[in-house]
Amino acid sequence: MARAYETVIGLEVHAQLRTETKLFCGCATAYGAPPNTQVCPVCLGLPGALPVPNAHAMELAAIAGLALGCDVRSESRFDRKNYFYPDLSKGYQISQFEHPLNLGGQLTFAVGDAEKTVRLTRIHVEEDAAKNLHGAGGGTATVVDFNRGGTPLIEIVSEPDLRSAAEAEAYLRKLRDILMFMGVNDGNLEEGSFRCDANVSVRPAGQEEFGTRTEIKNINSFKFVRQAIEYEASRQVSVIEGGGRVVQETRGWNDVTGKTVSQRSKEDAHDYRYFPDPDLPPTVFSQERIDELRRTAPKLPEQLRAEWTAQWGLTAYDAEVLTGHPAIARYFVAVAEALDAGGKEPRAEAGKRAANFIQAEVLRDVKTSGLDATFSVPVAGVADLLGRVQAGSLTGKQGKQVFAEMASSGEGAEAVITRLGVQAPISDTGALEADIRAIIAANPAQHEQYKAGKTKVLGFFVGQIMRATKGAADPATVNELLERLLQE
Amino acid sequence: MTQSSPAPGVIATAEAVRRGERSAEHVTTEHLARAASLRGLNALLHVDEERALQAARRVDARRAEGKTLGRLAGVPVVLKDNLCVTGVPTTCASRILEGYRPPYDADCVERLVAEDAVILAKANMDEFAMGSSNENSAFGPVKNPWDPSRAPGGSSGGSAAATAASIGAVALGTDTGGSVRQPGAFCGVVAIKPTYGRLSRYGVIAFASSLDQVGTMTRSVRDGARVLGVLAGHDRRDATSATEPVPDYEAACELPVKGTRVGVMRAALDQVEDPDVRASFAAAEASLRDAGCDVVDIELPHAHHGVSVYYLVATAEASSNLARFDGMRFGLRVAGEDLLSTYERTRAQGFGPEVQRRIMLGTYALSSGYYDAFYIKAQKVRTLMIKDYQQAFERCDAVLSPTAPTPAFGLGEKTGDPLAMYLADIFTLPPSLAGLPAMHVPVGLGSTSGLPVGVQITTPAFTEGRMLQLGSALEARSGYVCAPPGMDVGGAS
Ligand SMILES: [Zn+2]
Repeated sequence: MARAYETVIGLEVHAQLRTETKLFCGCATAYGAPPNTQVCPVCLGLPGALPVPNAHAMELAAIAGLALGCDVRSESRFDRKNYFYPDLSKGYQISQFEHPLNLGGQLTFAVGDAEKTVRLTRIHVEEDAAKNLHGAGGGTATVVDFNRGGTPLIEIVSEPDLRSAAEAEAYLRKLRDILMFMGVNDGNLEEGSFRCDANVSVRPAGQEEFGTRTEIKNINSFKFVRQAIEYEASRQVSVIEGGGRVVQETRGWNDVTGKTVSQRSKEDAHDYRYFPDPDLPPTVFSQERIDELRRTAPKLPEQLRAEWTAQWGLTAYDAEVLTGHPAIARYFVAVAEALDAGGKEPRAEAGKRAANFIQAEVLRDVKTSGLDATFSVPVAGVADLLGRVQAGSLTGKQGKQVFAEMASSGEGAEAVITRLGVQAPISDTGALEADIRAIIAANPAQHEQYKAGKTKVLGFFVGQIMRATKGAADPATVNELLERLLQE
Repeated sequence: MTQSSPAPGVIATAEAVRRGERSAEHVTTEHLARAASLRGLNALLHVDEERALQAARRVDARRAEGKTLGRLAGVPVVLKDNLCVTGVPTTCASRILEGYRPPYDADCVERLVAEDAVILAKANMDEFAMGSSNENSAFGPVKNPWDPSRAPGGSSGGSAAATAASIGAVALGTDTGGSVRQPGAFCGVVAIKPTYGRLSRYGVIAFASSLDQVGTMTRSVRDGARVLGVLAGHDRRDATSATEPVPDYEAACELPVKGTRVGVMRAALDQVEDPDVRASFAAAEASLRDAGCDVVDIELPHAHHGVSVYYLVATAEASSNLARFDGMRFGLRVAGEDLLSTYERTRAQGFGPEVQRRIMLGTYALSSGYYDAFYIKAQKVRTLMIKDYQQAFERCDAVLSPTAPTPAFGLGEKTGDPLAMYLADIFTLPPSLAGLPAMHVPVGLGSTSGLPVGVQITTPAFTEGRMLQLGSALEARSGYVCAPPGMDVGGAS
């Protein structure tokens, strides 16, 4: 490569809003139902049917705008985007064009050790198209499943502020995180509820004006976004280096070949003939309603992290781990609150213990799928268990053993303790001392070694004692007593 | 010309059925027989005798069980063919929808049935409600009952003819730029276009969404008031549906009009050349003065832009509304070798010439290079027209104007000249563009033409009561009876 090039990227993210029903009718939005079972005259675009906006969808879209620092407009409007395609029931898509709900905004995220801020152009609301199924049933016909048609989406449009595939990926991950935490989107890439189009161009380093861009449509995995952008940028560089010119066009990503392929050139681009949808009056949010949404919206991960480090005594690292998924964050808060409600220790202590235990034990087998997460032990079970450890009726080690058993059997702490016959920790140093003396007496050779300075043998004695007490002895007390008695 | 007499209207029929003096079945049978004998008018596209009789028998059975019947008990209704009825062919008089049976009822159909009306038939119309003479139907033109060589007006021509000929006691039409009022004028029936949003558009196959409104056609003002009272009200399935309470329209018809200020646009009137239209307007004005109204001169400075604004806004919306007729999910499909040619062939064969003309015009008006110059500018002028009315209504309570510039013209007379045809709506367009209620009230037969003539009353939004009050006063003083010659159907029971 003769010259150095800079890649310029803008992203358009389509995120499905988490509503029970579609954007303009009462049909369900559940994923995976048999084809055309969640349809009605409205979403099928039957003659005479009319759209009625879903108020909840509009609120979720406004919450997304608030979370991303947009100017949430008190009056927004739906337009029609006219084009013909079999997956479009009405011959137009209802979207926002001239007066979107959210204007501006920005997203700050980490790329490696650096921090980057990308400006947003807008976040608008629109309905999804249906789904064409080509060659269904082995034939040559294309059939259409309208279940998805009319599902509410927001489109988050960024300014061309991204400069690398790595930045684009980090931006998308952060964006998905925020939308999931706000309860706006389930972040499910496999089901297509979070997908993006990437506008990519390259320019010689130092050049002010942008190069000609291409648009890569419908990418639905973080890995493919990175690969597609990297491929497309290097393709454009070789076109330029080869003396050619990049053509403005729409391209598709083929994840089998790992290449982008031309789909449509600008010459046959559509004239969408946008105009205000006369079936839909403007959407109006009063300033009071916007303020109320701001007050009641779920908290962002960084807000949670700030609160947790201040109130619950968490390290930045712990807070980061525990805000990895909204369900985990909720789980942590619930356990910490339960411990704190016991009132036996400072709030920060409760938080730290909950955080440590969750990270060490609970997270091991948490499964997340979209916004859902399955925990092997419910919040109440863990809170009960940690309460017992705090009260001294279980040692920390016993706590972990009991937890493992609770997780595999589904029983509560009490049941596990009874079934396994877990003994309460021996806090009576007199009784413990007698046990230790007996074990020292029974192992004279090891005792000699210790006296000769081989302190490693201490571990042998600890193991013997723990076995004898079935783990009920407090290790710290055992260590203390052992060191004293071995010296005698 | 022999004087005929019309069949009993909405209120007379409903009250007779409620009191048990006539059975709904008998009323239905009679009207079905009349529909059969008047097939030559080509007013109807679909009559389902069995279904109508079943509905009538259900009404009679409910009465026999001692149940209280609804406000439209046994009243035979004809519906314009752009209103959806579950399982009943609904074509908009277009080949593209031939064979289509909607899986749901329009809101207005639900409301009629809830008040025990009997759906009798679907009426012929201009294809997709586009036209002023009902000559754009794919199933042939409707004939005017007063003179079969003349047009019944459009686009609700079938509904108007069916009402005038007493095939139905009431017919529903839709009015986008005058499509119930102008045929009302041509056929001599009372035609009411309510305020935009007063009636739900749910289940009304759209032509121009920001203008379309269901309207009633009856042989008396009071009949219109009763049906309007049944149809009006909020529908959560239509986002443009109004939530204003529905007043008692029948009671409004009884109120005296003394002291009402009636506005007249003198300048526009001077341009009307037809002697019958001029005479009927003068008669109406005189009779309102006589009833104690004050007549004041008003101006609507932008009203003359009505035709241009209407044909930009309406065609723009229509080009989009009609995109769903693409041969993919319902109605006609003419297969081509690929997707694009399937679209093209289906739409070329399915839509008639007027519909195609308007889709092209609307597509052009919305296209990116012309949007500002045409669509946006038309919307701006539309806003000025709304302001004109607001100013006029500071000086008057209602505006009186002719409904159409001429009485019914001859079939085929204007089909070769679309622009001349568009001018037939010149008086009805401004209230439509302003979303106002407007009605046609017949006042007599023209001495030159021998055809029905009447006037249009326009009032502020949601003041249908005031409009009906004036209409009722005019009707009482006119002595007009809707009875086309040779259609004596009165007294039958
Ligand atoms: Zn639906």
